[in-house]
Amino acid sequence: MEINIQKRVLEANETQAQKNRNFFKDQNVFVINMMSSPGSGKTQTLCRTLEKLMPAIRTGVIVGDICTTNDADRLAVTGVKVTQINTDQFGGDCHLSANLIFDAAKKLGCDDLDLLIVENIGNLVCPAEFDIGEDVRVVVLSVTEGEDKPLKYPLMFRVADAAILNKIDLLPYLDFDAPLAVDNMKKVHSRLPVFEISAKTQEGFEPWIEWIKLKVFEKTGR
Amino acid sequence: MHEMGIAQQLIEIAMDSIPKEMVNPKVEKLNLRIGKLSAIVEHSLTFCFEILSKDTPLENARLDIEFVPVTVRCDSCKHEWEVTGPEFGCPHCADGNVKMLTGREIEITSLELAD
Repeated sequence: MEINIQKRVLEANETQAQKNRNFFKDQNVFVINMMSSPGSGKTQTLCRTLEKLMPAIRTGVIVGDICTTNDADRLAVTGVKVTQINTDQFGGDCHLSANLIFDAAKKLGCDDLDLLIVENIGNLVCPAEFDIGEDVRVVVLSVTEGEDKPLKYPLMFRVADAAILNKIDLLPYLDFDAPLAVDNMKKVHSRLPVFEISAKTQEGFEPWIEWIKLKVFEKTGR
Repeated sequence: MHEMGIAQQLIEIAMDSIPKEMVNPKVEKLNLRIGKLSAIVEHSLTFCFEILSKDTPLENARLDIEFVPVTVRCDSCKHEWEVTGPEFGCPHCADGNVKMLTGREIEITSLELAD
């Protein structure tokens, strides 16, 4: 006997993501989901970004890792409101799911925020699959990785709304071909805005900061 | 890497679909549709499913997966085609702002019970 089902397997996550989206709309907060491979400099990029956005843009951060609160500790130095999710309590998951974000956002409190940034778990595969109710997705790639990463992980670059190419201060010492890396991103996603920055020297930050400010204003009017 | 969670969801959905009045139901096959762009590795999903389905009506059930091709439509020239590699640029026009049509499905379509 065959029983017809026709159900999306990630429906539970999608339903929760929509609930999150409604919650963030009620709170009038813009939400960025930041994703990358491990070691691309997400946390350092965030620290520099927060210094430039705050206090004009009231920002909070949810940071996800399998273990440790190291990233939350580094971010807290900037004075940002931050909460850490460790997924080892939930089976060492490789991504943040919508229900974890909902609980963390409630714990953090969003009523005094204009912007909430979620630093996802370092992984170019799984986080791309899970909607968390964000407004935009940003993927960070660094010049110490391969130029062909966008071609190897097309889903991540397809679902992204913007990309950052980080650590450009290292370009003189590497064989990394930055135009080729950007070209590969555009092959996967032709209209992807790409910000070439160095979180260490803070080169190239202005267009990235302006992009965030515009996006926050478009949603919140602030 | 998240196939364990997917397998868990599969089992939950399948269990909910089995009529409650059935005595000792035994599922022989689960039919799935998985988009080629979704981040699912087949042997990893099968492995996780085998572990999690032990001592349930789904133990020894086979996962029959229909892989859905990645198809897209160009917003500029409306050309539709199947993408077979990581490049999504429109072969017809230089602009190529494309919209995904299929290829990201992770769906359970039906289950087959032993008579």
